[in-house]
Amino acid sequence: MKRDDWNKLGWGGALIGVAALLPLTGDGYLISLGVTIAMYTVLATSWALFSGPTHYISLATAAFFGVGTYVTGSGLDYMSYWLLLPLAGVIGGVLAALVGLATLRLSGVYFVIFTLGLAEMTRQAVTWYQNQTGHKGTYVLTDFTDQDIYWQLLVLAALVFLTGWAIGRSRLGFALRVIGDDEDVARHVGINTAMSKVALFVVSGSVAAIVGAIIAPRYVYIEPSTAFTPMLSFQVVIMALLGGTGRLWGPLVGVIPFTLLWEAISSSFPNQTTLLLGLSFLVIVYFLPGGFVGLYDRLKGRAVKRSALA
Amino acid sequence: MMGNTVISLRGATKQFGGLVAVDNVSFEVREHEVMGLIGPNGSGKSTTLNLISGALPPTDGDISLKGHEITGLPARDIARKGVARTFQLVRLLPSMTVIENVIAGAVFGHRRRWGPAAERHAMHVLETVGLAERAKAHIGQLTYIDTKRVELARALAGEPEVLLLDEWLAGLNPTELTEGIDLIHRLRDEGRTIILVEHVMDAIRSLCDACVVMSSGKKIAEGTADEVLSDPEVIRAYLGDDDA
Repeated sequence: MKRDDWNKLGWGGALIGVAALLPLTGDGYLISLGVTIAMYTVLATSWALFSGPTHYISLATAAFFGVGTYVTGSGLDYMSYWLLLPLAGVIGGVLAALVGLATLRLSGVYFVIFTLGLAEMTRQAVTWYQNQTGHKGTYVLTDFTDQDIYWQLLVLAALVFLTGWAIGRSRLGFALRVIGDDEDVARHVGINTAMSKVALFVVSGSVAAIVGAIIAPRYVYIEPSTAFTPMLSFQVVIMALLGGTGRLWGPLVGVIPFTLLWEAISSSFPNQTTLLLGLSFLVIVYFLPGGFVGLYDRLKGRAVKRSALA
Repeated sequence: MMGNTVISLRGATKQFGGLVAVDNVSFEVREHEVMGLIGPNGSGKSTTLNLISGALPPTDGDISLKGHEITGLPARDIARKGVARTFQLVRLLPSMTVIENVIAGAVFGHRRRWGPAAERHAMHVLETVGLAERAKAHIGQLTYIDTKRVELARALAGEPEVLLLDEWLAGLNPTELTEGIDLIHRLRDEGRTIILVEHVMDAIRSLCDACVVMSSGKKIAEGTADEVLSDPEVIRAYLGDDDA
């Protein structure tokens, strides 16, 4: 490892450490906002691990997330919560592998539609099953407070950043960049394109399921319409694009302002949230095509050029 | 003097619906040989190249590399076994620098390298194609011939058993063409095995040890460049009946 790598690790660790101090403020509202930000940070970052380099837009986040919440919801009676988290990861990963093997041969819009359909189908399947057994939803009763959930998400965030950093330095990460640029070239230089994409999709699906499993106790009562809400998938995409998927830290700088904005919108205009979500999506795509990362790189590029001319 | 057979096609055929793009074509390419695949437009040369590289699976026939059958294998497996190619329309990786484009050819292919070893090797290949000073440049900053050099370097980076060049000289201006032909001459002198699809007659005459001529999907002649270019059937294929 080079010194630069140690620097990055040090900074990352320090930031996580500072973030971990948030519950010490004792402010319930701040902690609750922290949970939301941590949750979307993990979801958007893991989403970008797959969708960033490949440019495959996945709307399946809600499917994996929902499956995770139900793993906690239905598993608490049978085993320890701490076993449910890795179990949710495995189930999410297996689901992602199956979906990936079936659909990653599809390209562009077909993949998007399929992933959206997948979330909807999973929701319908769970609803149907619950109707059969006469339930409407499931209670998730634990002793966890927002503060515990926040710390768990923070640990997961650290793991996701480490994983993303390791992938970025690996052959797999390089293969994904080649695939994102030109899939035909990727095949002709000897890359197993299908397996590379499935591998990253599994990481991203597995993480989303673990997030669902961690968040479930916060909901106390889960039902399919909240656990599998398509809104979640869209929000994750918007936040990741706002931040920019070109860098590992990109989604994070999208999540924070967006969550704050969202908080303001939903408290001031509770009836127009979807409309405003759509509008912000348009604004981001038109004015910030590369997200904040793209803007940062452009400004940096301009500064470099200016100093070269001077 | 002649080396072992590297690539052999036996009855290779490719049908698209009712159209037979490659019709029962057989030929062999030996080690250190430069083979020219020539013929009028639409005669099936590029499709033949696509069958060898695995871009398309053949409908019928056998293709083997150094005696091992590669017929119908996915392109990635054929690449790993030692077939590298360039594309008729240059295909580079636009988000990457020149050297990263070349490293892409060195990491997953026939002879694999990673990290500093891959970087050193990519730099060495860039020197071979005369592009070492532009290693850190972005693809968008390159001239047309330089993009072609990058693509060639990427193909060479995996140290392939055979190199397939699909109209690599097409679209170059006269000065660039001289440079391009010189470059392929150097590769030839290094003893590489090359199959090139080409329209530039000067290049064919000076570079190719052997030529296969195709017309309407069929092989109509085979031999040295001078032999095939004076063959009446080849002249008829290029110019039509009246001129033969």
